[in-house]
Amino acid sequence: MDLINIIILALIVNNVILVQFMGICPFLGVSNKVSTSIGMGAAVVFVMALANFVTYFIQFYILVPLHIEFMQTISFIFVIAFLVQVVEIILKKSAPALYQALGIYLPLITTNCAVLGIAILAVQKNYNLIQSVVYASAIAVGFTLAMILMAGIREQMELTGYPKGMKGFPISLVTAGLLSLAFMGFSGLVK
Amino acid sequence: MSSLKYFTNGLLKENPTFVLVLGTCPTLAVTTAAFNGIGMGLATTFVLVFSNMFIAMLKNYIPDKVRIAAFIVIIATFVTIVDLLMKAYVPDIYKTLGIFIPLIVVNCIILGRAEAFAQKNEVKSSILDGLGMGLGFTLAITLMGSIREILGSGSIFNIPILAENSKTILLFILPPGAFFTFGYMIAIFNRFKAKYKF
Amino acid sequence: MAKLESSLKNMVLCLLLMSIVMSAALGFVYVITKKPIEDTNKKVEIDAVKNVLPNFDNDPTKDVKTIDGLVYYVATQSGDTVGCAVKTYTNKGFAGHFEIMVGFKPDGTIYKTAVLDMKETPGLGDKMKNPKWRNQFNEKNPVSYRLKVKKDGGDVDAITASTITSRAFCDAITRAYDGFMKNISNTIKK
Repeated sequence: MDLINIIILALIVNNVILVQFMGICPFLGVSNKVSTSIGMGAAVVFVMALANFVTYFIQFYILVPLHIEFMQTISFIFVIAFLVQVVEIILKKSAPALYQALGIYLPLITTNCAVLGIAILAVQKNYNLIQSVVYASAIAVGFTLAMILMAGIREQMELTGYPKGMKGFPISLVTAGLLSLAFMGFSGLVK
Repeated sequence: MSSLKYFTNGLLKENPTFVLVLGTCPTLAVTTAAFNGIGMGLATTFVLVFSNMFIAMLKNYIPDKVRIAAFIVIIATFVTIVDLLMKAYVPDIYKTLGIFIPLIVVNCIILGRAEAFAQKNEVKSSILDGLGMGLGFTLAITLMGSIREILGSGSIFNIPILAENSKTILLFILPPGAFFTFGYMIAIFNRFKAKYKF
Repeated sequence: MAKLESSLKNMVLCLLLMSIVMSAALGFVYVITKKPIEDTNKKVEIDAVKNVLPNFDNDPTKDVKTIDGLVYYVATQSGDTVGCAVKTYTNKGFAGHFEIMVGFKPDGTIYKTAVLDMKETPGLGDKMKNPKWRNQFNEKNPVSYRLKVKKDGGDVDAITASTITSRAFCDAITRAYDGFMKNISNTIKK
């Protein structure tokens, strides 16, 4: 089934962080605790699904008919910035606890390369509306998965220790490298 | 700070890749070869210099509440200009860099410098800051690209340096290799920084 | 001079003005790069065709035929057909879809092949980029040359440890050959 294929490919085979290298900044910055990783992941799933939904219409009902495809980058990022702002306002009013928990990470979703990157990729792959939204959601869940795995390892590492010279980014990157190596085992899973 | 310091700051002391650790996505993704590093670095420098310049020029006319949105519009415009220019004049590099050209928009280096520097300083220093940061980024990712290319493909700038049919450590041009190379380079850079105190 | 205050009027005005000016600037750059981009794309296409065919003096990108997802470029020298380049694809690669260009002589013999776009595994499947491996297809006519890997009873030496990619490459050539014979072969002078 086509959608199942898209999901498996997006979730693990082409994992957005460990294989495609998008969304690294929040991945390195937020993944030190499992709880914040889950919160960030949930917010990203929401924003990405919504972003792909809206950008689909922008691309095929505005940009293409008017032959202004070169406005793609500007219009897409504008939509994303706007969506994140809207999500922020809604959360603040209707789920203040969650809003507080996410804190500064919410506005930072705007600069998460994965959001813009996946919106553009869905257009390049010619996905229809449903495929595009499913794709974005699966990618975002894969993002969350990678972050949770990373957070679990990092929480553990704080207790077991590692060479002092590798403190901070170096050790996080090497850990991510090992995770990436493990995920390579999934390649060829689906055709 | 004397004018020159604005420029050299981005090269070593606050190198955006190894010290500030900004713009990590393209750093990992395009450094499979030295040449890609140069292409991406120069494209990013172009956008950085112009966006810093414009934001410094317009900083008093942008209300605070919409500043991020305004910065993004300016940055996105220059990114699209670079995109169109590259498509027209250097199609091979354009194809290799792929989706990471439009992603310059969300390269944290550019938004980061706009926030931290351009909106608080005059035009001339902002341009120098953009140049310094951009070149610092370019040097960093070209260096990383060179290492990955030598170990993973046995060449540098597409010039083979190993005998034909030599074995190379393929891992270095694959995703895990990117993470490992980056991690160790930051560690080594930190060591130098501590030792030579810059 | 202090920053402009964040009143609603100022915010809207600023964003609106900026969007208009920036879009105008972009539109301008778009218009002046439009022709260079078209020229570059055309040059890339012609170079891809040059790569797989003997010398020609026409413009194969005029009268390009696209049938069933394959693109056919007919090349002539002084009016006589020297060959047809076919842009073909396969979806059976290890990483899925990839595209190659196959140059056929008017009688269906393969002249040369070139890789256009692929994401096969570096060091394994991507060895198809190496002309040494692809040379085995040159001057072979699929009428007598079996386009399958030796393991499957054919005449093609597969890339070591990359049977899937090799099979996919054969699939792409077969698709091109069948398309060429069906659609182009009887329309050109031999």
